[in-house]
Amino acid sequence: MNRLKFKQNSVLPGFGLSLGFTVFYLSLIVLVPLSALILRSAEGGLEGFWRTVSQPRVLASFRVTFASALQAALLNVVFGVTVAWFLVRGRFPLKRLVDALVDLPFAMPTAVSGIALTALLAPNSALGLALARLGVQVAFTPHGITVAMIFIGLPFVIRSVQPALADLSAELEEAASSLGATRAQTLWRVVLPLLAPSILSGFTLAFARALGEYGSVVFIAGNMPMRTEIASLLIITKLEQFDYTGATAIAVALLALSLLGILAINLIQARAARHWGN
Amino acid sequence: MSISIRQVSKTFGAFRALDGVNLEVPSGGLTALLGPSGSGKTTLLRIVAGLESVDEGTSGEILFDGQPVTDNPVNRRQVGFVFQHYALFRHMTVFENVAFGLRVKPRAQRPSQAEIRERVQELLRLVQLEQLAQRFPSQLSGGQRQRIALARALAIQPRVLLLDEPFGALDAQVRAELRRWLRHLHDTIHVTSIFVTHDQEEALEVADRVVVMNRGRIEQVGEPNEVFQNPATEFVMKFLGDVNVFHGRLHNAEPVFTGEPAAGDAVRLLVRPHDLTVQMQPGDGVSLQARVYRVLLAGSLVKIELTSQGRVVQVHVPHETYRATPVVAGQEVYLVPKVSRLYGAEAEAIEYVI
Repeated sequence: MNRLKFKQNSVLPGFGLSLGFTVFYLSLIVLVPLSALILRSAEGGLEGFWRTVSQPRVLASFRVTFASALQAALLNVVFGVTVAWFLVRGRFPLKRLVDALVDLPFAMPTAVSGIALTALLAPNSALGLALARLGVQVAFTPHGITVAMIFIGLPFVIRSVQPALADLSAELEEAASSLGATRAQTLWRVVLPLLAPSILSGFTLAFARALGEYGSVVFIAGNMPMRTEIASLLIITKLEQFDYTGATAIAVALLALSLLGILAINLIQARAARHWGN
Repeated sequence: MSISIRQVSKTFGAFRALDGVNLEVPSGGLTALLGPSGSGKTTLLRIVAGLESVDEGTSGEILFDGQPVTDNPVNRRQVGFVFQHYALFRHMTVFENVAFGLRVKPRAQRPSQAEIRERVQELLRLVQLEQLAQRFPSQLSGGQRQRIALARALAIQPRVLLLDEPFGALDAQVRAELRRWLRHLHDTIHVTSIFVTHDQEEALEVADRVVVMNRGRIEQVGEPNEVFQNPATEFVMKFLGDVNVFHGRLHNAEPVFTGEPAAGDAVRLLVRPHDLTVQMQPGDGVSLQARVYRVLLAGSLVKIELTSQGRVVQVHVPHETYRATPVVAGQEVYLVPKVSRLYGAEAEAIEYVI
């Protein structure tokens, strides 16, 4: 027990109790279902697992899912930081209402947002027609998937950047400009580095959410194998065909890839935190 | 670099922070803007820096060496600004903080890496913190952070150095040490400096010139000695140190001290605690009856607390004087002012010699 302690001598007692609870709770909620999943996928043997996940259609679905999720999360960083900036620094009427609107994608059933986005962007809708005239088709293409993922991921970035931005004292920007920095230099050298940890965590959450998204994507994606079929849809398809082993195999592969990605981001974050003292 | 402030007004909503302020700050001096909170001193400093603008549609102007800079934004004004809470960049080392102003210069003016390193080392030597170059601000004490903030401001070779309550966030001992250090530093580098403070002791001790502000206006400008000895207004007198107030009214052009704040011809006599003598008998001029309440012998002066006309009066006397005429609690005595100022309804000093 010597090495297992709270970081500093804490006034809060009960390290043993909270350790026990944390392990128990995480096991119950996360590890047990995951182990069941992995056990189930193992039924086909390593060879069966590999055969399932290396099918071109499955690989394509991974590619589509990860590429769209990455695109969506990156765009969400740009839009999310901008909106958060506006919400923290801007002064305008109905600010609270706008602030509440941000959470709507959290609250809406994903199928509803999927149908809404499809109705908005389908080739026979007004916006769809206008876009088609410009030579852009969004619905039933990979762009559609990205749009749906942006929609459901936006609140994550806004909500993680907002408090960090509110904490950022205006004096830092004033100090930078008194030292001769332009607006762009202040943003690039002072504001963004200070927001980086919260931007990164917002990005991770949005990315992770997009990887697992199903409801809002399936309507707008068109679900063409090899082109616009996401991994979660493929899992459902396998389940509908009672191929439980195949479904879990894809799920496990998707999980492992996501875990690797999130782990990498967490490592970067930990390193940055250590580097900056506090 | 001299600074001229001409007709500067600033309004925040319904609050008039500055009301037509005029001030000349001579080149090379260390000037203190002194006043209570809400007096407009920080606003004035921020306007000089370019962090605030003067009210639209007024003729307010800021000039550096006679050249108007009112329309220059802060990043082109070349001013060093030191904030009360340091405003160091916590994601940068001490070295990078100090180097910031050099690194953001336009490419043509930017010094080389070697020059930057040399210049930063030189500044860190100046603030005596060379050994901390690779630390982060979170690893420094408050006093060290403020010295780094100062080094960072000096890196751009500012035309003027502006300090906003630079010692406000520090504890008393560090504060006293740092202000002596700032005075020494200023005597070494001679950059025209203005600092804001609400601590009259700090202003009187550090500055060459003190500007006393109240409610968006300047009450008095002068050397520390001058404003302390010859306060232009009742406000200045009260703000620059402890003061006893005796209320009375004019009777046949002579003040009579009744202790009652009277209407119309009311007058107030202001006396500093060290300008009152305690006597057993009434004197020839103004003498006020008082009763000793408490005597405090600890300290460099003897502090006698008395009550007179229902108010508390403080008297400070040297230990020798006290030993010659000791008093005890409960004793009836007379207070005779050596130096005092009489103010009427308008709060301007009335010409009256006691």
